[in-house]
Amino acid sequence: MAQLLAVTDLHTQFFTRDGVVRAVDGVSFELDQGETLGIVGESGCGKSVTALSLMRLIPQPPGKIVKGSIVFDGADVLKMDDDEVRSIRGNNIAMIFQDPMTSLNPVLTISRQISEALELHLKMDRSESRKRTIELLDLVNIPSAKKRLDDYPHQFSGGMRQRVMIAMALSCNPKMILADEPTTALDVTIQAQILDLLKNLAREFRTAFILITHDLGVVAGMTQRIHVMYAGKIVEKADTGELFANPKMPYTWGLLRSIPRLDEHRKAKLLPIEGLPPDLIAPPPGCRFEPRCQYRRDVCREKEPELKHIPNAKADHEARCWGTQEGGWLVNTDWRREIGDVQVIEEIKKEIADLPPEAKREGDGETPPPDKPKVN
Amino acid sequence: MATAVTTRQQQQHAAELNVIARKQRSLWKDAWSRLLRNKAAIAGMVVIVFVAVVAILAEINIGGFHFRLAPFDPVTDQNTPKQLMEPIWTKAFGSKFTDPAFVLGSDELGRDILSRLMFGARISLVVGFVPVAIVFVIGATVGMLAGYLGGWVDNLLMRFTDIIYAFPDLLFVIIIVATLRDTGLGQILGGLILIFVGIAVVSWVGLARLMRGQVLSLKHREFVEAARCVGATPIRIMLRHLFPNVLAPIIVSIAFAIPGAMLTEATLSFLGVGIRPPTPTWGAMILEGFIVFSTTPWPVLLPAFCISIVLLAFTFLGDGLRDALDPRMKL
Amino acid sequence: MLRYVIRRLLLIIPTMFFVALITFSLAHLAPGSPFDKNPNRPLPEETIAHLERYFGVDKPIPEQFVIYIGNLLRGDLGASFVQRGRPVADIIGQGIGITAQLGIQALLLALAFSIPLGIVSALKQNTPIDYLSLLIATVGTTIPGFVTAIFLIYIFGVGFHLLPFVGWGSWQHTVMPTFVLALGPGAFLTRITRASMLEAIRQDYVRTARSKGLREQSVIVGHALKNALIPVATIIGPATAGLITGSFIIESLFNIPGIGRFYVLSINQRDYPMIMSTTLLYAFIIMIANLTVDIVYGALDPRIKVS
Repeated sequence: MAQLLAVTDLHTQFFTRDGVVRAVDGVSFELDQGETLGIVGESGCGKSVTALSLMRLIPQPPGKIVKGSIVFDGADVLKMDDDEVRSIRGNNIAMIFQDPMTSLNPVLTISRQISEALELHLKMDRSESRKRTIELLDLVNIPSAKKRLDDYPHQFSGGMRQRVMIAMALSCNPKMILADEPTTALDVTIQAQILDLLKNLAREFRTAFILITHDLGVVAGMTQRIHVMYAGKIVEKADTGELFANPKMPYTWGLLRSIPRLDEHRKAKLLPIEGLPPDLIAPPPGCRFEPRCQYRRDVCREKEPELKHIPNAKADHEARCWGTQEGGWLVNTDWRREIGDVQVIEEIKKEIADLPPEAKREGDGETPPPDKPKVN
Repeated sequence: MATAVTTRQQQQHAAELNVIARKQRSLWKDAWSRLLRNKAAIAGMVVIVFVAVVAILAEINIGGFHFRLAPFDPVTDQNTPKQLMEPIWTKAFGSKFTDPAFVLGSDELGRDILSRLMFGARISLVVGFVPVAIVFVIGATVGMLAGYLGGWVDNLLMRFTDIIYAFPDLLFVIIIVATLRDTGLGQILGGLILIFVGIAVVSWVGLARLMRGQVLSLKHREFVEAARCVGATPIRIMLRHLFPNVLAPIIVSIAFAIPGAMLTEATLSFLGVGIRPPTPTWGAMILEGFIVFSTTPWPVLLPAFCISIVLLAFTFLGDGLRDALDPRMKL
Repeated sequence: MLRYVIRRLLLIIPTMFFVALITFSLAHLAPGSPFDKNPNRPLPEETIAHLERYFGVDKPIPEQFVIYIGNLLRGDLGASFVQRGRPVADIIGQGIGITAQLGIQALLLALAFSIPLGIVSALKQNTPIDYLSLLIATVGTTIPGFVTAIFLIYIFGVGFHLLPFVGWGSWQHTVMPTFVLALGPGAFLTRITRASMLEAIRQDYVRTARSKGLREQSVIVGHALKNALIPVATIIGPATAGLITGSFIIESLFNIPGIGRFYVLSINQRDYPMIMSTTLLYAFIIMIANLTVDIVYGALDPRIKVS
């Protein structure tokens, strides 16, 4: 199929008081028409920033896309003027955001919010767009859509609001949908429904589709390919099946080990990845995962590996790891059996324990921030 | 303020976009460093300290030690032939009515304006701090009890605030002060005590309400439940667990209450129901000088200028404190 | 909705009663008779006694209060002690038009400059425009009206003779008082508008609106502004209170014959019927303003169900 999107060497940075945060640091990937892709990684690895960069929605300042190109449908998004970008947003590329509770405008009716894009891009009049809005709400399985047209977002549940967001994204028949953690804010039972809906609609409309999530379990049945991101870089690219069967990067191994599974041996323990993602203002000079990697060698600290094809894997499987690349010490390692150097694991644990308490982010402070008082 | 605002928002943006925030410091240390970066707040502090020093040194009379920074006594030194002198710099613009002894000129009774301003600063600062201290003690206690215990304390507080809120603040103070002026209370210290009472009666309610709201929002949080689980007494929970957590907004509200009280005093004195003459206060100086305003504006302009500068200093400090203590309050 | 309004209107009655009770008690706590005011020209004792009997102030205070409330319910506001027994309703009727004109002009002026200024300031955050409007807003909320008035009178009245600053009559007379009265509430509204606009443009739904490809103008006006104006509307209540207290000072300062100036005079002269009626009138206006705010709030924010 024809190529729809080609991202090359994308760099997005945030200029803060403490320094330049390299949130996305040289990301390249492609997407064909109608193809589905999952981008997976921990919070703070640059997934959302990548998605926002594609639509040029990075708040500026403090953010800025400093380098790279984003060729969508033959044109470079980064070279377009504002009007051209706007004509793509919502029309050719649509986005579904993480939190349906805050992503809908509380003071506008559902129909107003959906028909806005219809009137703008498809030049429909009020009654046409209203009719189309009812169709869309039916499509995303909102019961008695006609009656709920003039309801406000607060009258809908979280799952229903996310359906509205999906309807909104589909409204102009976009060529590509970006879904940024679309189910993270929802109940587990609702998550499955929403994912199913997304998958079916994307297939039905042959819409290309990028699903961004921190949960490998979510992308498993959803997308054709998966890219794993870590600290602003893509560290592994593979077909979904291949990635689960034959992962080639210790970070991916860590992610897979931390998914609870029902079909595993009871002996198999959940092994979390120790430590925290690196500081993106001053990332480690070598491999960015090195400080947390149980398989590390000296070379990992000295030089950064490239994203390269690896032996013992399918042709389009690439990873950014000295150990699994040609001639590395992890080429034949079975990640399920060998959990790495015990001594290194102890070292990492000790390093974490030695961190000053302030560096162990949020959640463990005893002083909760004071609530916003009424000022008047 | 500017720099603090920028970086705060940048950090916020960074946090929203899942970018790792850097360098976590303790809440108070962080707030302090944010405050020190705020130029307007620092300028405010400098002005306040300067005015406080001048006010204290205006006249010191402890035991045998006597020192007076003010060139004249603000009340008794009435130099009748030297009425309505203009400030010495006006000589350069052709004024014939200047006298080197009266740096800022003299008023309609021949009293030195500089000296009266210095003594007026005393009243302003005292009125700024004393009633607010009373308000803090009463308001924080009642608000804490109402919020934590609920029940009749809470009901009473809420009914009382409803009524107080039907009066505009200043209106209520004026009624209290004007009607009680001729009672014994109104006579003490030229009416100063009555002004304390008037301001305190009206403003403790607002603070109590703020405190109550804060406590209500916190009292079912896990850390309070946890303290209760390990058997902490209600008093301990209120003092050790709730109080430190509601302190930030309380401090901010107090920082704004101080200039508010000073403004009330100035307004009352200007309306003629404040501190009795001849005690010099800035508001009263404006009122007295207004009679001769078209002849010479200085007896009015100078105290007006002083009030403006001091109130602005407190506001800038308050703004800085608010920005530093609670980045989410953006007013 | 209608039931809510009626209930709120009914709630005004007990509050007004307490306001009357408090004001009445305070006024009568003051020692001495209201007629021995002038120590230089004391009235003869029998005159005072006669006056006290005439105005009914010789009776016990609780009885006086009952009589006052009774008269009030019949629409009789009493007679002024000071202005030779002139009915209070007359005095208020004469001044209220002027005070209302001044107040409404000031409110409109405040809204007209504060909301656009606050919005521009938020949209151009951390630019010179923002700093300038923040500075104006801070100075406006901080510096008391009578001080601003003094500077203005000095510059425009005494200095350049551009505007009259005593009395009331032509439109020129209203310029400075309106401006000074509007400054405080306007500056406060500017700060609120800026803060709530800043809050609004950072919300997720604004990003959603942008992701639909809307023009920046539609994003701001159609999505952010509607949310940002909700907190602004709630400030109209306190702003009304600010205008009322402002009117005492401004009317006294500019010698404007409105009820604010009469009120200050009557307080200084202990003219109880005037004090009582005017205080009740103010309390009533403020409660109506607060009720209006709550209704407007319900209309603006679909999440609030007024019931």
